Amino acid sequence: MITYQPYLNKEFAMSLSTQDVEKVARLARLAMTPAEIETARSQLSGIFGLIEEMQAVDTKGIAPMSHAQDVAQRLREDKVTETNQREAFQAIAPQVEGGLYLVPQVIE
Amino acid sequence: MTWEIVIGLEVHTQLSTNTKIFSGASTAFGAEPNTQADAVSLALPGVLPVLNKGAVERAIKFGLATGAHIAPRSVFARKNYFYPDLPKGYQISQFDLPVVGQGSLTIQVEPLSGNAKPYEKTVRITRAHLEEDAGKSVHGESQGVTGVDLNRAGTPLLEIVSEPDMCSAAEAVAYAKALHTLVRWIGICDGNMQEGSFRCDVNVSVRKPGQPLGTRREIKNLNSFKFMQQAIDYEVQWQIDTIENGGKVQQATILFNPDTGETRAMRSKEDAHDYRYFPDPDLLPLEISEEWKERVRATLPELPQTKQARYVNQLGLSAYDASILTSSREMADFFEITVHSFMSQVLSDMNTSAARPADPIVAKSCANWIIGEVGAQLNRDGLDMSQCPITALQLGGMLMRIADGTISNSGAKEVFRTMWAEGGDADAIIEAKGLKQVSDSGAIEAIVDGVMAANADKVAEYRSGKDKLFGFFVGAAMKASQGKANPAQLNEVLKKKLAA
Repeated sequence: MITYQPYLNKEFAMSLSTQDVEKVARLARLAMTPAEIETARSQLSGIFGLIEEMQAVDTKGIAPMSHAQDVAQRLREDKVTETNQREAFQAIAPQVEGGLYLVPQVIE
Repeated sequence: MTWEIVIGLEVHTQLSTNTKIFSGASTAFGAEPNTQADAVSLALPGVLPVLNKGAVERAIKFGLATGAHIAPRSVFARKNYFYPDLPKGYQISQFDLPVVGQGSLTIQVEPLSGNAKPYEKTVRITRAHLEEDAGKSVHGESQGVTGVDLNRAGTPLLEIVSEPDMCSAAEAVAYAKALHTLVRWIGICDGNMQEGSFRCDVNVSVRKPGQPLGTRREIKNLNSFKFMQQAIDYEVQWQIDTIENGGKVQQATILFNPDTGETRAMRSKEDAHDYRYFPDPDLLPLEISEEWKERVRATLPELPQTKQARYVNQLGLSAYDASILTSSREMADFFEITVHSFMSQVLSDMNTSAARPADPIVAKSCANWIIGEVGAQLNRDGLDMSQCPITALQLGGMLMRIADGTISNSGAKEVFRTMWAEGGDADAIIEAKGLKQVSDSGAIEAIVDGVMAANADKVAEYRSGKDKLFGFFVGAAMKASQGKANPAQLNEVLKKKLAA
């Protein structure tokens, strides 16, 4: 079984850099000032400290959990239950045209 | 210098559910923009995904049909990226615990060039996982803006990932076609490629024999088998040229342009593939019991490969005929009903003198007519099997009338044309058009006597050794019978009387 690689791995947990925070912020599309980046760096480093402590616990032989509740997913019957509410939804959209939601131009 | 080509496919199949994977909004194609985009599809705050049982059932079907392991417990994960057609900022997919594990698909490959013979190959399927489709971006409607239609957002997809087991465009196309046949066959996907129900991403790399795998480039979103072949051919040549000219292939996502027949790299940012997967806390693990799996197994039809083998081994058809007859479930059903109605007619027509033909003869005759005449007419009229204007029962009824001698092969062709254009049963058409063969030996003898009497000089020539005149007598007698004489009988009577 493949296990999840924590995005910020142990090696730099203790030395979380400004660049690390900037990269995570960029991936999350967050604009941050240098002061905010410093605050986040210090708080995230604190969290990694906690994780470090938890990793000291011996978890050999314990199956990893993917959810805090140990129950299985309930399933829905494949029946249409939703109706067209476009008008209501589009009333709160910043910009619409011809039924489409408009966003600043995306080029790929 | 020889190069080895290495190809793997990722195929996105839209599952044929009524509703989306995580909400009760309709998935019907072609609706007005955003009329099927509910709160979950729009990612409004506070909504929760609830998994569609129908989507899971279809994934199980696929797993069973490819001999794969069905995970008793699988997990949904978030794949994070930003694009306007994905309003949540992440796609719900599966990562390390997919619903369907390793399976395989056996394909028939028709080499594209030379005299190479068709061959069979088994392609390993790495995994298949459930995920949601994104919406659609509409460019160029107005200056400076992109339109977003979220009707498609949340449509269930089964992404089927193969091992890099294919080593030519022909093999990749054969695999994609076999997969396309299979998903329609088991009824999990409508296979409509124009509407995007079946989309292929093709990973291509080249290497020298014995060397480690080369760097791959991924051709995205191919929606026709023809384009797939063209794109692979172009891409392989491009990679070989690049390496032979001293360059290096860089891993990239590329697009195929059908107008130019070329591939080009998409603009991509360096961290475009940093998806930061993690388990979705909104969804609990999906559990599939043995009992559910077995219930689904009981609904599976006989699979194309099994049918193919049966047609070859029991009905004595060629591998080629068997593969064409199993190219779709409609085709196979048509064939089997034709054979069946042919046989049941034989059994019920106790007043005919026809002996019961052996199964292989019936099967071969049905196969010939379906692949030949029916196939050709469908092509000409641009129809597929499900739109065929004649039914298998009608065709079977007509074939029976050939077998029992009521009509000749040429008469049958006329019956077939009439049936196709105007409908009706073979017996009614034969009656209305007077196509019934004359098989009464007395009548045939009378016709032959007449022809011989009218051509006494030719009879004398024939008897003095001019054998070639036999054809003349056949033609004249056939004409005298207005084309209705049973040809075999006519030949026999002529031979006997001319020799006398």
